[in-house]
Amino acid sequence: MPENKVSYNTDKTAKAFLLLAISYLLFALLMGVTGGFQYILPDFLKDKLSFQQTRPLHVYLAISWIFTAAQGSIYYYLPRIANRPIAWKNGVQVHLLLQITISITIIICFFLGYFGGREYLEFPPFLGLFIFASWIPFTINFFRTLKPNYKTAPVYIWNWTTGIIFFFITLSESYLWLIDYFGGNIIRDVTVQWKALGSMVGSWNMLVYGISFYVMEKVSGNTKIAKSPIAFFFYFLGFTNLMFNWGHHTYIVPAAPWVKMVAYIVTMTELLILGNIIWQWRKTLNAALKNYSNIPYRFMMYAEVWIFLNLTLALIMSVPAWNYYTHGTHITVAHAMGTTIGINTMLLFASIFFIIQEELASAFGKIKKWITAGGRITNTALIVFWASLLGSGIAKISAKMEHNSFTEIMKKCAPWFQAFTYSGIIVYIGILILSIAGVKTLRANSIKRTNNS
Amino acid sequence: MAKVLVFITLIICFILYSIVIYTTGTIDHSKVSTTEYVSIQKGKMLFQKNNCTACHQIYGLGGYLGPELTTAFSDSLRGEQYMRAFLKSGGARMPNFHFTSEEIDNIIAYLKYIDGTATTYKNDIKQP
Repeated sequence: MPENKVSYNTDKTAKAFLLLAISYLLFALLMGVTGGFQYILPDFLKDKLSFQQTRPLHVYLAISWIFTAAQGSIYYYLPRIANRPIAWKNGVQVHLLLQITISITIIICFFLGYFGGREYLEFPPFLGLFIFASWIPFTINFFRTLKPNYKTAPVYIWNWTTGIIFFFITLSESYLWLIDYFGGNIIRDVTVQWKALGSMVGSWNMLVYGISFYVMEKVSGNTKIAKSPIAFFFYFLGFTNLMFNWGHHTYIVPAAPWVKMVAYIVTMTELLILGNIIWQWRKTLNAALKNYSNIPYRFMMYAEVWIFLNLTLALIMSVPAWNYYTHGTHITVAHAMGTTIGINTMLLFASIFFIIQEELASAFGKIKKWITAGGRITNTALIVFWASLLGSGIAKISAKMEHNSFTEIMKKCAPWFQAFTYSGIIVYIGILILSIAGVKTLRANSIKRTNNS
Repeated sequence: MAKVLVFITLIICFILYSIVIYTTGTIDHSKVSTTEYVSIQKGKMLFQKNNCTACHQIYGLGGYLGPELTTAFSDSLRGEQYMRAFLKSGGARMPNFHFTSEEIDNIIAYLKYIDGTATTYKNDIKQP
């Protein structure tokens, strides 16, 4: 049955962003699984597609999934918040075209073995300039469409503004190594790199958390939450951590000791977030049971559980005495995977399914059982995956304390490598089910719209 | 209005903090000659061009398929000759990059320089 919904002339491009994002996610996970096999089978694709290529592909595509799904969602929400069409319609298409061109170029570079060799940004440096340029239409559209009044704006507008501004800052900062003053001094180079990347993660988290707030507002129908003092308190806490907590990655770098002290103190303020989750636990659980049938809400609840687990892990890892052991082990990867898949991916799927639910309620009803199955499979397998990464980290710590050689360490970790590779395959299957459900409905065009453009 | 002021204050703190990090917070006390510096920079470029960071970590940045390299140069279980052998022929997991002798020298110079700066490791952490 066709549905009457308000639509805008950029909705199609916004959904194209979401489809592109899902394709990034599937390819990222495929590269992740391939990389996992390279841990357990050292010769696997060693000469054709080595870990030197699979890892950057996995990392680049996973990051692109987060940014692109966030941008697609924001493009969809912007005109609905502002009650007017996107200011620069062609800009959305220019952005999409640039995004696709840059991605194809980067993927070709990785396959051909052209690298920039920097963590996260392993593609040749000149491509960073194009990534910077691709965000300009998005930024122009964000500010020109919303024309935000920050005195009265809800918290998600603040989240998005911060995410956009800090993406430009951190991307620029991550290329300071090209200047000899930074690149010629290893301590400065590594510290600034950790600084830029740590805050860049914060910038995409801001985009995703903003989306989550917006969806929560729409699902609950309560517009007061996003303007409440508590929402802004946690926004500013998150913002402070975005700017100053990156130093907990640099305990091992011989920079000035106060860099680490600042990071440690700021990171520990996250205990307030953890405390709030525990404090609100019963309320959250009751609300989750009440709204279980609401798919976007359910995915946000999955993310809530992962926030609790990852925040606990992050706080443990940030204590210098424990960081001494956890640094350089798969415990760090467990934190990254828990955050990327458990939190960001669940929140972004909540947004994608919210958009689909809004547009195609009847078609959405038909795929609900698949989404339910995909969500359960992904999260169950992710728990095993996450635990096996922790297991691998603990095995490595134990072997390091016995002063084992690297070969011996790898041998002792082997069972855990198998566990995370096989559970990674199940995570992939779960995500594949969610993606197929998303792609099928996003592509459906059976909607009768009241065109408001 | 209070929110805007808090935001601006935090941004100013961030800018000031960044300036301090870029200058006094990250001074490198190690001394290298001009010739060594040229070799180190060539080694660094080779390290990046071949995306060694995919498998190896330096100061915590990089992957875990290969060993951490921050203090590999002075490590009693590894050391210069051990690394030269891997750079020349590859290993069970490491592909053979077909480096020339000069390239190997430059990469070693880069790793030696890093090792020289790694005071935190040598004071606190015993590497495998």
